[in-house]
Amino acid sequence: MAKLILLCLKFVTLCGSIGAVFEDQVGKFDWRQQYVGKVRFSHFDTHVQSSKKVLVATENNVFAALNTRTGDLFWRHVDKTGPEGSIDALLQHGQDAVLVVGNGRLLRSWDINVGGLNWEIVLDSGSFQAACLSGQQDNVKHVAVLKKTVISLHYLSNGHQKWIENLPESETVDYQAVYSGGNGEVYALGVVPHSHIAIVVYSADDGEIIKQVSVEAPWLSNIQGSCAVISQGMLTCVDPAAVSLYMLDLHAESQMTQVPLQSLGLEVVPGFRPVLVSTQPNPAQQPLSEFFVQLGPENYVLLQLNNGQIVTLRDFKPAMLVSFVTAGEKTVAAVMSPKNKTACSINLFSAETGRRLLDTTMIYSLDPNVGKPEKLYVQAFLKKDDAVGYRVMVHSEDHALSFLQQPGRVMWTREEALSDVVTMEMVDLPLTGTQAELEGEFGKKADGLMSMVLKRLSSQLILLQAWIAHLWKLFYDARKPRSQVKNDVTIENLSRDEFNLQKMMVMVTASGKLFGIDSKTGSILWKHYLEDVPSNAAFKLMVQRTTAHFPHPPQCSLIIKDKDTGLATLHVFNPIFGKKSHVTPPALPQPILQSLMLPLMDQDYAKVLLLVDDQYKVSAFPSTKNVLQQLQEMASSIFFFLIDSSQGRLSGYRLRTDLSTELIWEVVIPTEVQKIVSVKGKRPNEHVHSQGRVMGDRSVLYKYLNPNLLALVTESTDQHQERSFIGIILIDGVTGRIIHEAVQRKAKGPVHVVHSENWVVYEYWSTKSRRNEFSVIELYEGMELYNSTVFSSLDRPHAPQVLQQSYIFPSAISTMEATLTEKGITSRHLLIGLPSGGILSLPKMFLDPRRPEMVSEQSREENLIPYAPELLIRTEWFINYNQTVSRVRGIYTAPSGLESTCLVVAYGLDIYQTRVYPSKQFDVLKDDYDYMLISSVLFALFFATMISKRLAEVKLLNRAWR
Amino acid sequence: VKMARLLPFQIAVVSTVVFVLCSDFVYCNNGRRVGDVMDTEFSGFSVPLEHSFEVDDVAKFQVRGALVLKAGREPGVSLTQNQLSEEDRAKLKEVAAVDGLYRIRVPRVFLQADRQTERQMEGYLTAFVRACAMVESHLSDVITLHSDVSGYLIGVSIVTLPGACRGTEVEDEVDLEVFNTTLSILAPVNAPGPETALFLERMEQETEKKGKNPQEQKSFFAKYWYLILGGAIFLMVSNSAQPPAGGGREQS
Repeated sequence: MAKLILLCLKFVTLCGSIGAVFEDQVGKFDWRQQYVGKVRFSHFDTHVQSSKKVLVATENNVFAALNTRTGDLFWRHVDKTGPEGSIDALLQHGQDAVLVVGNGRLLRSWDINVGGLNWEIVLDSGSFQAACLSGQQDNVKHVAVLKKTVISLHYLSNGHQKWIENLPESETVDYQAVYSGGNGEVYALGVVPHSHIAIVVYSADDGEIIKQVSVEAPWLSNIQGSCAVISQGMLTCVDPAAVSLYMLDLHAESQMTQVPLQSLGLEVVPGFRPVLVSTQPNPAQQPLSEFFVQLGPENYVLLQLNNGQIVTLRDFKPAMLVSFVTAGEKTVAAVMSPKNKTACSINLFSAETGRRLLDTTMIYSLDPNVGKPEKLYVQAFLKKDDAVGYRVMVHSEDHALSFLQQPGRVMWTREEALSDVVTMEMVDLPLTGTQAELEGEFGKKADGLMSMVLKRLSSQLILLQAWIAHLWKLFYDARKPRSQVKNDVTIENLSRDEFNLQKMMVMVTASGKLFGIDSKTGSILWKHYLEDVPSNAAFKLMVQRTTAHFPHPPQCSLIIKDKDTGLATLHVFNPIFGKKSHVTPPALPQPILQSLMLPLMDQDYAKVLLLVDDQYKVSAFPSTKNVLQQLQEMASSIFFFLIDSSQGRLSGYRLRTDLSTELIWEVVIPTEVQKIVSVKGKRPNEHVHSQGRVMGDRSVLYKYLNPNLLALVTESTDQHQERSFIGIILIDGVTGRIIHEAVQRKAKGPVHVVHSENWVVYEYWSTKSRRNEFSVIELYEGMELYNSTVFSSLDRPHAPQVLQQSYIFPSAISTMEATLTEKGITSRHLLIGLPSGGILSLPKMFLDPRRPEMVSEQSREENLIPYAPELLIRTEWFINYNQTVSRVRGIYTAPSGLESTCLVVAYGLDIYQTRVYPSKQFDVLKDDYDYMLISSVLFALFFATMISKRLAEVKLLNRAWR
Repeated sequence: VKMARLLPFQIAVVSTVVFVLCSDFVYCNNGRRVGDVMDTEFSGFSVPLEHSFEVDDVAKFQVRGALVLKAGREPGVSLTQNQLSEEDRAKLKEVAAVDGLYRIRVPRVFLQADRQTERQMEGYLTAFVRACAMVESHLSDVITLHSDVSGYLIGVSIVTLPGACRGTEVEDEVDLEVFNTTLSILAPVNAPGPETALFLERMEQETEKKGKNPQEQKSFFAKYWYLILGGAIFLMVSNSAQPPAGGGREQS
């Protein structure tokens, strides 16, 4: 029993290496930012005059309400990823928002005040086409949903289906739109491309077909793209070929009347497809008779249907964006037109007359580092004097939302591009001017003793001055109340802190926008939008020069590669300020297969980047003479590998002195059996402090620390649950030697792998036991090292010992990463992003293949935890306490200046930054450390020794006299 | 000439992981011609092992020997190889002097196929070692063939023993005549799953042990009655002693 208690105690002391945060530490070292993604639909909450809500439904399947005053989230609902959760339509009526989700699978109604679900119903199968609200006598009661073959009407109050009807001739007719004009009729509009329009009119009461019309329209192929309903049920379409409008009265059986645009004095920009923009302020009433037609990229015309005649109200040229908005009874049109290169102006025009409203100009300044505006969302309200006031939410092509107030004040900006971070790096902040001055002193060449002394004195003086200024500031701030002391971080006052805990996070997003974020506060310090980034681009970010080489600026390189063509471009920039570097990147005319960063540096301390093109030719960046010379010297020891997963081919190459390459090894994994799903090398900035592990009998088991080792994961092509397997192949990237090859039978992906030090941890789905399992492989050289001074892949003839053990994990995982510290002394933890939004810090100690099944004296000596097949999730291991991180896609870890501390950034839909202390803060004094006590004890001791010394002297003197 | 018996012996790899697979090691230290060995006890088939070492490092592969592979559940392999000719020896030393590479390659093979035509596949698997290492180890190399689960050869590796290039001159030409090759074929090992059975067994044993030991079965009070009694007495004593002491202080 005593032994068991002891064991338990040990266990507790071992596992207790992570403490939970204290209440007062919440938000002190961590922050979270929540995003929604690229906006697809947006509506302002108009049912209350003073409402502060704007509803957004996004491409990331998020439905949220934003506070229009601050831009913060009121509430947010994150649905499933992929087409299952995609939001097809957003309709708003009063305080209800109706959503069609998952290609017409679900119909949901949300209460927009609190974000609660009113009701949800499952719709009949069939792909979704359109939805609209339907009302009668100014009363909106129903929502109509049009699918490929059926149309159904649902009560707005409870979602119950009122009726469902099959659409006639749905095999031939492509029904695309549904319209209701508030007269108790629902119109389903379909088209047989290049033949005719089919209109079916249903009674809203019982779903009876009132009328069924088919109208010749051989020029029409798509209703949604080219038609709109205006006025009293006039279906208006635009035909780009004939450059004319076609009008059809839905109530009367008639022919379409053609109105050539030329007859209205309008001309379409050649090659442009005109677009119609109409508005229906109240779904229980008819749409307005005013509408816009877009004739060119920067040309809109406001037209009006007046007694069957189309009248031009106003020609807006140039105009980038237009939008209708209704406040009370007034409908106005907001038009954004370019003013000059750096600004746009937004004006309101009366929809009825096309006259400009006075005092409604708003200036929207165009930042060159921000994308162009793409859409306008206008919130209009009536002022006390019955004039129309408005605010605008601008959605730009870099997925940013900015909210503007008159006369152009940006109230807030949301960078929704950050909901899709692809890759990131953390860069040390630069030194302050004074620190740099001191550094610079050592960098410069010596020119005489006297000047050196003077230089030293001057820099010391500068330091003294800075210190006094700092003291003065401290003193000055101390007198102010704490709330007033603000330390706003701006790009100007950025500097490295004592322990390098504050860094610059450089984030690359899928939209092609780059961000520089201060890791301490999470504020965005710079942003840069890269135009013409292909939508399927792959990004690779590399730090070529850190901030350590003053006065050379730090430098990052981003490779943007089109996945289809393989063509790549290089963006070189300063990671601290975000500015594009003056260094011209090389033109890359050939598709790029591989890029690798060498530890070589040019004379300006920039690391050399090698790019391998599809002709297996290598180009270097920077490619100065110095670099080329170094490359020639080093060529025979520069190896790289290429992996073609479609053919299962791995090939190793060696660089030749003329920068061509030669194939030196080849491994082929037949794709008929298994396909390569991921390849993981080790991180180049990883340090391993101890070469081996001390065993219970005081001997040392040496780790196999091969920096060139790759962990290759394959999945079987056979998906049958009895025969599917996962393959793990450890292969040396230099020699192509297969170090270890294992198969995990009856297992399936997705596999998450972490490869570090001498271990590989992977997680998979066991099809046999239907659970998630972790497996760890550790490699050891044995009891003696082959060559302890240096590791060379070319000279390690003995295969390492391989130990492996597996465990059950009670949850699925989203992503996995290992902590990283400056010197690698601190024990390692695995950071696991769970689908639930938690980030778990699991000590690597639990994933140790040497965990003994039977406890022995030696294993106890070694502090090995006895083997238990299940890894438990302890709640205190969650590093993000209640700060849920939605849809974690990646975790980035970076060392800080403190050995105990590792900086962690988890990104997905949200971004969460924190610090972790895998071995507790052994190198930091606690916050509540008692300085008073220790100093008073010291002083007391000091005085005691002084006094006792004096006393002893006196005593000695007395004795001598005696 | 009589066939030299090949000495298969199984080695068990020392590790806590259960190795399902056994690897057959074969020593080939005979300078026989390639053609001699085609009719062996192996019901196997033969593929060429080729090597290349050129001063200009442009691969020109020549036959080094023949690998005889045995298909089936437990794959086996043996090797017969030629001696290095005088010309080749000189070239190898030359290549070693310029730090060139010594490469080998084997064709891609499917071991489980029944017919010869299905066995050979397009392409080669290649590996290399520094030529100087080859020379300094006096042609003693270890070649390992790796197969995947279904019996395709996926890789080949070559290392020399010792592996280092120390620049020692090999004077004796005889040392570079015969290959001293250790050959093996490795299939992937089965990775272990979580060991639930053993753990449960151990747990059961522990509970049994507890059941046998009556002292562990005693209730909390039965075990610690003396401590509780002591504590209670102490509390009582201190309670009865305190009021007068406190009162005394108040009075003074």
